[in-house]
Amino acid sequence: MTANALPQFIRKADPAVLTAFGCIILLLVIGGIYSRSFLSPEYLLQQLKVASFLGVIATGMMLVVLLGQIDLSVPWTVTAGAMMACAVAAYGPVGVALAIPFGIFCGALIGAINGIGVAYLRIPSMIVTLATNAVAQGIMVIYTGGFSPQDSATDAMRYLATGTILGIPNAAIIWLILGVATVFVLGRTSFGRSVYGIGNRERAAYLSGINTRRIVMIAFAASGALSAFGGVLLAGYASKAAQSMGDAYLLPAIAAVVLGGTSILGGRGSYMGTVAGVILITLLQSILSVMQMPEAGRQITYGLLIILMLLLYGRSPAIR
Amino acid sequence: MKDWQYRLAEHRGTLIALAIFIVMFAIYTANHPAGFTANVVQTAANKGALLAFVAIAQTLVVITAGIDLSVGMILLLTNCLASWVVVGSPMETAFGAVLVLLAGAACGALNGAIVIYGRLQPIVATIATGAVFYGVALLLRPFPGGSVNEDLADALTGKIFGVVPASLIVLLAVILLVWIPFSHSVYGRAAYAAGSSEPAAYISGMPIRRGKFLAYTLAGLVAAIGGLFLTFFSYTGEAAYASGNAYTLFSIAAVVLGGVSLFGGKGSAVGAVFGALAFRTIGDLLFVFDLDPLWQPLFQGLILLAAVSLGAFALFRVKNRLEWFL
Repeated sequence: MTANALPQFIRKADPAVLTAFGCIILLLVIGGIYSRSFLSPEYLLQQLKVASFLGVIATGMMLVVLLGQIDLSVPWTVTAGAMMACAVAAYGPVGVALAIPFGIFCGALIGAINGIGVAYLRIPSMIVTLATNAVAQGIMVIYTGGFSPQDSATDAMRYLATGTILGIPNAAIIWLILGVATVFVLGRTSFGRSVYGIGNRERAAYLSGINTRRIVMIAFAASGALSAFGGVLLAGYASKAAQSMGDAYLLPAIAAVVLGGTSILGGRGSYMGTVAGVILITLLQSILSVMQMPEAGRQITYGLLIILMLLLYGRSPAIR
Repeated sequence: MKDWQYRLAEHRGTLIALAIFIVMFAIYTANHPAGFTANVVQTAANKGALLAFVAIAQTLVVITAGIDLSVGMILLLTNCLASWVVVGSPMETAFGAVLVLLAGAACGALNGAIVIYGRLQPIVATIATGAVFYGVALLLRPFPGGSVNEDLADALTGKIFGVVPASLIVLLAVILLVWIPFSHSVYGRAAYAAGSSEPAAYISGMPIRRGKFLAYTLAGLVAAIGGLFLTFFSYTGEAAYASGNAYTLFSIAAVVLGGVSLFGGKGSAVGAVFGALAFRTIGDLLFVFDLDPLWQPLFQGLILLAAVSLGAFALFRVKNRLEWFL
């Protein structure tokens, strides 16, 4: 009876998502106590803008994790997307117009190679994505000669990453549009339902007549494209691409997805959880940097937090 | 099949890795300006041994159907620790070295405890512990520096009797004192069995948990030996994120080249050692052929991609299409 007394949206909600939102409120309170300016609208909007970059990348990661796979090629896909967009921008007005699509296209290409490896060659996803990450790094190192490239981001990229509409950062609007689209695709299309089905049991999905290999392939390509789009936005934010700009996004992207209650084994998870995870990670990063925590402390905090949350929600069933 | 055919089939991966290594090393020395001399062999052995230790560590985990993405970070952590403690008088140095090995084993045991008793996926669990280990390494050495007992370092990276590289002797000792006893023990068999089919091993009453835990712990220990050797080569400790990641990546390439199945239950650390030596030699081929060093990351990435794609040839043996879908 008491359970029925609760509003339906609370009863249906995943405890992991509720915990993540609870942690966000806790972090806001701690931040507010630590510094008054932490709760000012300007600062929070700034945090939302920073969160959007991670949000775009984590959306792709979530698609792949829902399949029960993982994408470890995020770091150099982000960098490749950023570098290629900036590189094309150097080729006159046509290049400037094509900068953003071309950056995303490069990411989709890396993702498609991952997808071929996982779906058709049956290579474990962590292995093939590690390998394509190394190849993408190799290509970028040759392209740049080992230095950060001199090409700079186009005005359109800068506008998308740093501009505002009615005071709301454009990056946050992009994330919102992307989020609504993702919720629609995951919940209301056969592609989305297939993703959940494959994550639960690929064999059963295959026997139900789903072309599982094509779905896996598309999901990896989408993940690569979104990582590269995140890179394009980051390049717009920083005005240029840099070596190893993507390294800082692999762990937070996985952490955001996992903290949001998406099962690392696949087949279970909601986009709201990922949104909560992204905001949680961004706030945590921001508090740690406000407290002037060194890089070492941040790495340890991330690692411990991921393990802790996984121990709470992400355990495999015991064999019995 | 006769008895020897079974034995050949069991060691096929190791023998292929040995063959690849011999061919690559022959090409390497034939084109090296100095040729096949003790010094060339020593340099190659030192570089190869470092990766070989990490590859042994990775093998120990991979045979249990797990993966250790933190192995490179354990290497960094023990490297940074060694640059503090492996100094001073012989007694202090010995004590420091033991401390480094214990630290490595503790890292491995932590991974094992989280994966086995916490029942987390090895991929994500070791990425997360890898971040923790890297953080600790960074705490120990925010900037590259430190020192090491140079007499010991020179002895272990030099040549014995002016011919045999000492690092190869240590590598052999690790195989004989860690790998062979482990893989022939009940726990080692249990680790293999758990990698092959965990429910079957469980039903057969094998000590799978202790076997896997021992495998993870020994992996940390062997990675720490690698960390000690890294310190002996460089005389310093450095928490370089990219280099830790590279070692993790190369260790996976080495075990795949060495015939260790990433699905668990199959392969040997001896094969992984030859895989590591072969991988290093292939990477060094670029230098003897005077190619631009900028091409090295791409070259190594492509080797890795080719090596992991080799595992896909198992598809040709699939009899039932449903086997494609795990």
